Amino acid sequence: MIDIQSIENELVEDFSLFETWDEKYEYIIDLGKKLAPISEEYKTPERKIKGCQSSVWLVSEFKDGVVYFTANSDSVIVKGLVSLLIKVLSGQQPDTIINSNLDFMNKIGLMQHLAQTRSNGLLAMVKQMKLDAMVYKSQNL
Amino acid sequence: MALATQLLYDIDQIRSDFPILNEKINGKPLVYFDNAATTQKPNSVIQAIKSYYETINANIHRGIHTLAEKATAEYELTREKVGEFINAESSEQIIFTRGVTESVNLVAQTYGRAFLKPGDEVIISAMEHHSNIVPWQMICEERGAVLKVIPINDEGELLMDEYEKLLSAKTKIVSLVHVSNALGTVNPVKEMVEKAHEFGAVVMIDGAQAASHSHIDVRDLDADFYALSGHKFYGPTGIGVLYGKRELLEKMPPYMGGGEMIKEVSFAKTTYNDLPYKFEAGTPNIADTIALRKGIEYMEGIGFEAIAAHEHELLVYATEMLTSFPDLKIIGTAKEKVSVCSFVIEGIHPQDIGIILDSEGIAIRTGHHCTQPLMDRFKIPGTARASFALYNTIAEIDKLGKGIEKVLRMAK
Repeated sequence: MIDIQSIENELVEDFSLFETWDEKYEYIIDLGKKLAPISEEYKTPERKIKGCQSSVWLVSEFKDGVVYFTANSDSVIVKGLVSLLIKVLSGQQPDTIINSNLDFMNKIGLMQHLAQTRSNGLLAMVKQMKLDAMVYKSQNL
Repeated sequence: MALATQLLYDIDQIRSDFPILNEKINGKPLVYFDNAATTQKPNSVIQAIKSYYETINANIHRGIHTLAEKATAEYELTREKVGEFINAESSEQIIFTRGVTESVNLVAQTYGRAFLKPGDEVIISAMEHHSNIVPWQMICEERGAVLKVIPINDEGELLMDEYEKLLSAKTKIVSLVHVSNALGTVNPVKEMVEKAHEFGAVVMIDGAQAASHSHIDVRDLDADFYALSGHKFYGPTGIGVLYGKRELLEKMPPYMGGGEMIKEVSFAKTTYNDLPYKFEAGTPNIADTIALRKGIEYMEGIGFEAIAAHEHELLVYATEMLTSFPDLKIIGTAKEKVSVCSFVIEGIHPQDIGIILDSEGIAIRTGHHCTQPLMDRFKIPGTARASFALYNTIAEIDKLGKGIEKVLRMAK
């Protein structure tokens, strides 16, 4: 398991190579396009995250003490954003996810650049990922 | 593509009246195409708000001091101006509200509650804004009345024969949008009012999107109620209008209780004030009401025909530009429409279109436009909507075209 701080640092470094927001968006969209699709059966109202103009479905799985996340969205930008979160949080232990402060989002200027409606959607995703981690933690105490 | 044709007024002069048009967004000059959500405000409107607070701020109608009299006079001048603007019989039939939403709720909660009986029917259309759906659902549920919906065709036009089939002796209220915010369709409201009146129903018209594009004549339409939102036609937010026919307003009970709307109050019995004050409880939004007049005067200064002609040119040019993209589809292709272009692009979510255009400084609206049942009718989650106003230019529409090329390049 790679520690969460190293992954965040790597992302911050990647983004520091981009000079303009167009380049950052292109990178985010590219991540979105590469995100492995989730099966249609998971696209249920229960897995849909509220707070987004577009639809986002988040699926999590608990295996060998760590949580794995996959997601999909009908917006390729949102898919890219959620894939950033997956890069950082997927494969981590529940406690690490619950306690993560995801500082990288500020460091790469994501929160400052996204309009409030969009950053609300992003925060709703983080909240859902943490809630899932809490559920796995309580089930495995 | 057609060349930019001759403009009907000095667009540079017009644009210089709107300070916000000098703003830069993400380092690019603002291209403001979200006019159906709210229009920008000319200097005269902005200055009127400032000047009110700097020179005549006082509570109106009660004070006998000079400031109170000045503020009251200015406030009542707007009522007269609005009356002229929509050709009302008298300014007493102009009730100030916060906007169309409050106006519809006022009619539903007073006229609706007083006169709807179980089994009565209220007719709305498939292209209504949530603000002209939910208030009627609420009162229908309370009174045991039934809500009926006029369907539309694929172009986004109301099916008039279906409307006629819905009308009956049970129809008590018909509430219709004059111009659709999501599609731009201009509905044949005059004809529809006439048909509703044959069955003795009263008709309310939501004029939120109509007022910035054309001259409204409530007497010609024979509308029983007509609602406006000031911020949609160059005025401030938080001020709107309800027009009503005098005999209807007089027989309606008051909406909210409080100061201003009373004649005499005792613990045994309160008598209510005359029109329009019966419906205006509490200290109103004085500054914005005064500034609303400046917005109307601004439009009058340019002339409604010139505005309509300019916006029509923008609409024709934008429609031609947008339809040149093979994967782009315009939603709302009615024969009669205002300068609103709602569209979807195959394989790209409207939100992504909006975000990428925003990076170019272009402001459009994306989503369901508070018309979820309409989006369901077209089986889409939402659209991207560019809506044009009197200060927009052909050059700005060309920027939108370049922006859409960028969207296709990045998100496809």
